[in-house]
Amino acid sequence: MDDMIVITYDELEPDAFTARVRRDTNGAVVTFLGTTRDTFEGQRVIRLEYEAYEEMAYRKLEEIRKELKAEFGVEDVAIGHRIGVVDIGEISLVVAVASPHRGEAFHACHEAVNRLKHSVPIWKKEFYEGGEHWVACEDHTFHEGAESSTHSLAATAHDE
Amino acid sequence: MELTVRFFALYRERAGCRVSKVEVTDGATVADLVKSIRTLFPRLAPPEVQIVVAVNEEYAESDLPLSAGDEICLIPPVSGGRAAS
Repeated sequence: MDDMIVITYDELEPDAFTARVRRDTNGAVVTFLGTTRDTFEGQRVIRLEYEAYEEMAYRKLEEIRKELKAEFGVEDVAIGHRIGVVDIGEISLVVAVASPHRGEAFHACHEAVNRLKHSVPIWKKEFYEGGEHWVACEDHTFHEGAESSTHSLAATAHDE
Repeated sequence: MELTVRFFALYRERAGCRVSKVEVTDGATVADLVKSIRTLFPRLAPPEVQIVVAVNEEYAESDLPLSAGDEICLIPPVSGGRAAS
């Protein structure tokens, strides 16, 4: 796979992903960075933690890479996802897409992020001063029991 | 037969373990397994929430028959909505 799909506990280097997709035949390279935000619904987030079902996450990310190449005709796609503890302001996701023309590269990159948020088994937990929760778990209130009406997180597609 | 089931993230915390052995009848399907899991771990997910199961690294339909050697994982919601079926 030449490191086109990476899941790692280490810091992500965006330039490395961009470099992996670059060819002389490209007219455009679009690189998306997902970075960890310091607030969620007004609450101060201290840090985040990502957990992956790694074997399946690799397989699903590779699937997305193949789909995008086939559907958008882009030349290549490289994806890196960080897991474990990630501090605020750091990069948790890199998607680099290279294509002869920019339109396809923008579209495919956008679509890559949408698809991976939907089908790749990687979960994000946010830690606050006053607590913690898994993002995007619609039944969160069940977890907290009666004392909490905290969040209904349904579709907060996490831009990190 | 005895199945080995792995839990991740929210489900790992609610189950209080990463892995559990679950006894089901031979020929049991994903739906049968989920039923047993709900009995063993009643706080895992409320009844209206579908528990998504991955078998051998693929999202599984509820009528898929299981075998003892399968790699079975419970997949809590990944993002805004899940797409297993």
